[in-house]
Amino acid sequence: MGQIIQYIQSYRHSDLTPGAAGNMFWALVYIMLVFVGLSVAVIAMNWLERKILAHMQVRLGPMRVGPHGLLQPIADAIKLLLKEDIMPAEADALIFWVAPFVVVLAAFTVFVVVPFGPTHAITDMNIGILFMLGVSSLSVLGVVMAGWASNSHYPLIGALRSSAQMVSYEVAMGMAVVSAILMTSLHGLGPYGVSAASSGTGTLSMIGIVQAQNEQHVWFLFKFFPLGFIAFGIFAIAMVAETNRAPFDLPEAESELTAGFHTEYSGLRWSLFMLGEYAAMIAVSSIAVTLWLGGWYRPFANSLTGDTWDLVFSLFPGLIFLGLAAIAFVGVRRMPKHPYFRVQTIGLAGFGAVLGLIGLILFVPPVRDRIQDIFWFVAKVAGFMYLYIWYRATFPRYRFDQLMKVGWKVLLPIGIGVLILTAILGVVL
Amino acid sequence: MTDQNSSLSHLDLETPEKPFLDANELVINMGPQHPATHGVLRVILRLDGEKVLGLECVIGYLHRGVEKIGEHRTYTMFNPYVDRMDYVAAVSNGLGYCETVEKLLNVEAPPRAQYVRVILTELNRIASHQLWLGTHALDIGAITPLFYTFRDREEILKIYEKYCGARLTTHAFRIGGLQYETYAGFEKDVKNFLDFFRPKIDEYEELLTTNRIWVERTKNVGNISAQDCIALGVTGPVLRASGVKWDLRKAQPYANYKSFDFDIPIGQNGDTYDRYLVRMGEMRQSVRIVQQAVNALPEGPIMAKVPKVMKPAVGEVYHSIEAPKGELGYFIVSDGSTQPYRVRVRPPSFVNLQALDVMCRGQLVADVIAVIGTLDIVLGEVDR
Repeated sequence: MGQIIQYIQSYRHSDLTPGAAGNMFWALVYIMLVFVGLSVAVIAMNWLERKILAHMQVRLGPMRVGPHGLLQPIADAIKLLLKEDIMPAEADALIFWVAPFVVVLAAFTVFVVVPFGPTHAITDMNIGILFMLGVSSLSVLGVVMAGWASNSHYPLIGALRSSAQMVSYEVAMGMAVVSAILMTSLHGLGPYGVSAASSGTGTLSMIGIVQAQNEQHVWFLFKFFPLGFIAFGIFAIAMVAETNRAPFDLPEAESELTAGFHTEYSGLRWSLFMLGEYAAMIAVSSIAVTLWLGGWYRPFANSLTGDTWDLVFSLFPGLIFLGLAAIAFVGVRRMPKHPYFRVQTIGLAGFGAVLGLIGLILFVPPVRDRIQDIFWFVAKVAGFMYLYIWYRATFPRYRFDQLMKVGWKVLLPIGIGVLILTAILGVVL
Repeated sequence: MTDQNSSLSHLDLETPEKPFLDANELVINMGPQHPATHGVLRVILRLDGEKVLGLECVIGYLHRGVEKIGEHRTYTMFNPYVDRMDYVAAVSNGLGYCETVEKLLNVEAPPRAQYVRVILTELNRIASHQLWLGTHALDIGAITPLFYTFRDREEILKIYEKYCGARLTTHAFRIGGLQYETYAGFEKDVKNFLDFFRPKIDEYEELLTTNRIWVERTKNVGNISAQDCIALGVTGPVLRASGVKWDLRKAQPYANYKSFDFDIPIGQNGDTYDRYLVRMGEMRQSVRIVQQAVNALPEGPIMAKVPKVMKPAVGEVYHSIEAPKGELGYFIVSDGSTQPYRVRVRPPSFVNLQALDVMCRGQLVADVIAVIGTLDIVLGEVDR
C-alpha cells in the first residue's frame, strides 16, 4: 500500500513528465484531464465562435438556450446524439463508419506530446514534434475515406480538394517547423542580445524546444528577426489550410460543395468530424505556441524580471477568472426581472460563482505556482483560436488553383529560403 | 444553333471540350436545392476534375404563370402580380408595368408622382444591389458583408413600409401615378438615409475592393466580351461591365430621368470584378439621383386622370425600363377589353442567365458560383 502511494506521489517531486518518468498512474490521469479539457475546450470554442462571429457581423448569436446562449452547445450536442443515423444506401459501410473516428483519433492523439508545462504533459518524446506532425497529418486519411465512402459527387470533390490541400501545405509547414527546430541548437544574437555562451544541442522534444527558448532568452518568433517571424507566418498560414478553416475551407466550402466531404454525414458522425476539426485547430495552435511563442513561459520574461513581476504574472490566472465572474455578475444585474428569466438568472449567477471560486482557488500559492504554466499556454492557444474566428469573419474563400499556387509557389520557396538563411545565420553568428 | 443566331457562331458552343487525358467526365447536378444557386436554379455541370466543360441550366421550378395570369386580370388587378417576379426589386417591376399601361392609355403621371417614383425606384436599385452584394460575397466565402448590407437595406425597407405598408412586394405605384401621398417626414427620412448610406458604401468597399482574395477570386473570372453580351441580349450591369455604355435611363429616358444628372459607371474587362465595381458605382449614382429628386420634389397632384374602368384602345405597346438587373420590358397587347390580350415580360435575369454557359466554360467549379452570383439573377423573375 505504501509503495502504491509512493508510486503515485513520486510524480510530485519529479521534474519529468509522467510518461517520461514511466509513472502510469499519473500518465492515465493526464490522459483523462487532456481528454476532458479538450472536449470542454471544443464546446467552449463552439459557443465562442458563434458569439464572436455574430458580434463581428452585427448580430447577437445564440441567446435563447441559457443566459446568452451558454447552453447552446450542449443543446446542439443532445440534438446531434438523438438524430437518426443515416447512411447512404450505396455507401461503403465500413469505411463510412471508420472515417470520422480516424479524424478524431488523429486530432486527439497529437495531444500526447503537447507540453502544457515543464512537467504537465502526458509524455515527453524525444521526437515529439515529428510525432505531432505525423499524427496530425493522418486526419487527411479520414477525410479522404469519408469522401470516398460516401459514394457521392460533392463529398468526392471535397475529399480530393482536401487531400491535395493538406499534402501541399504540409510541405511548407514542415519547412517552417524545421527552421524553428534549427533555432534550438543555434545561439545567434537575437534582438535581445543573447550570449552565445551555452553550447547548443538541438532537440525535437516539445518540452526541449520550449526550454531552449527559455535558455536562449528569446521566443523563436523574435529570433534572427525577421526570420523567426517569417517562419511563424508561414506556419500560421499553413496551419489554417491544414485544418480546413476559412479562408482555406475549400473541402467543406458551403457555397460550392454544400458541405464537402461530410455532406452525407449526419448526427453523431457529423459531430465527430466537427470535434476532430476543432481539436485539430487546437492541436496546430499548440504546435505554433510551442515552437515560436515560448510555450508555457509568461510574456515579457526578459524585460520584466524579478520576484515582484513573477508574482504579478502569477496572479493573472486568478484575476482573469475573477474578471469573467465579474462579467457574469454584471450580466445577472442586467437580466430582465421577469419571472420567466429567473432560472436563467440563477444559472448565470451560479456560473459566475463557480468562475469566481476557481479564481480564488487560483490565488492560493501552491496552486498558483502549479497552474500558471498551463494558464499561459492555454492563453496563447486561445489567442490563435480567436484569430481563426477572425479570419472566418473577414476573408473570402480562396479558389482551389489559387490555394495551390499560394502553397507551392509562395509559401514553399519562402520557407526554404528562411530555412537556409536560418542555418547560415546560426553558423555565422 | 439556329440561323437567326448566326452571330453567336463564334462562341462555338456546340463543340464540347474533351476531358483531359480522356478521363471520364463528371456530371454534377447543382441545385435546385443548393446554397449558392439563389433559389431554385438547377445547373447540370459537366466537369473534368474541377474544370467546367459545359453546363446546362434547368429552370422552371418557380414558374407561376405570371404572364398567363395577366390575361385573366384587369389592368389594375394585374399590377400587384408583377411585384412577385423580381421580388427584391418589386418597385422597379411596378414602375415598368405602370408606365407601359400608361403608354397604352396615353396618360402621363403628374410631376410629383414621377419624382416620388424615381426616389422609390432608385432606393430599390440600392436595395437590390445590396442584396446582390451580400449574397455574392457570401458565395465567394466572405460571410460578413451579407449582414452589413442587410442591416443597411433594412433602412430602405422601413421607408417603404412607412410609405405603403409593405416591405418587399410593395405595390407602390398605380397606373397613372401614386395611390398614396407621401407621409409626413418622407423627405427627411430619405435624406437621413442618404447621409447614413454614403459612408456605408465605403465600408463595403473597404471590406472587399482591395481584399487580395476577393480580387483574385473575381478578376478574370466569368469574362464576357461586349460582342457576346450583345449577341446574347445581356443587359444591365453585366453589359456595362463589358464596356458598353448602355443604360435605358440615359438611352431611352423614361419617368423623368432626363432631369437628373448622373453618370453611367462602366467597366472594361467584363469580368466579375468589373461587374462588382460597376454595381458599386451604380449605388453611388443612385444616391446622387435620389438626392437631386428629393431636393427638387415638386408639389401637386399625384394621380393623373385615369378612367375607373380601363379599356385601352386596340393596339400593342412595348416599354422597357432599366431595372437593377438590366432591361425589364413589358409587351402588352390590348384587344379593347378590360383585360390585356397578352402580357409578355422581358425579364433581365432570364436573358442574362443565358450567358452563364459562355462565362463558365473552362473555369473551375468555384467560378460557377461566383458567376451565378455576379449575374445577379432572381429565380422568381427567370421563371415568372
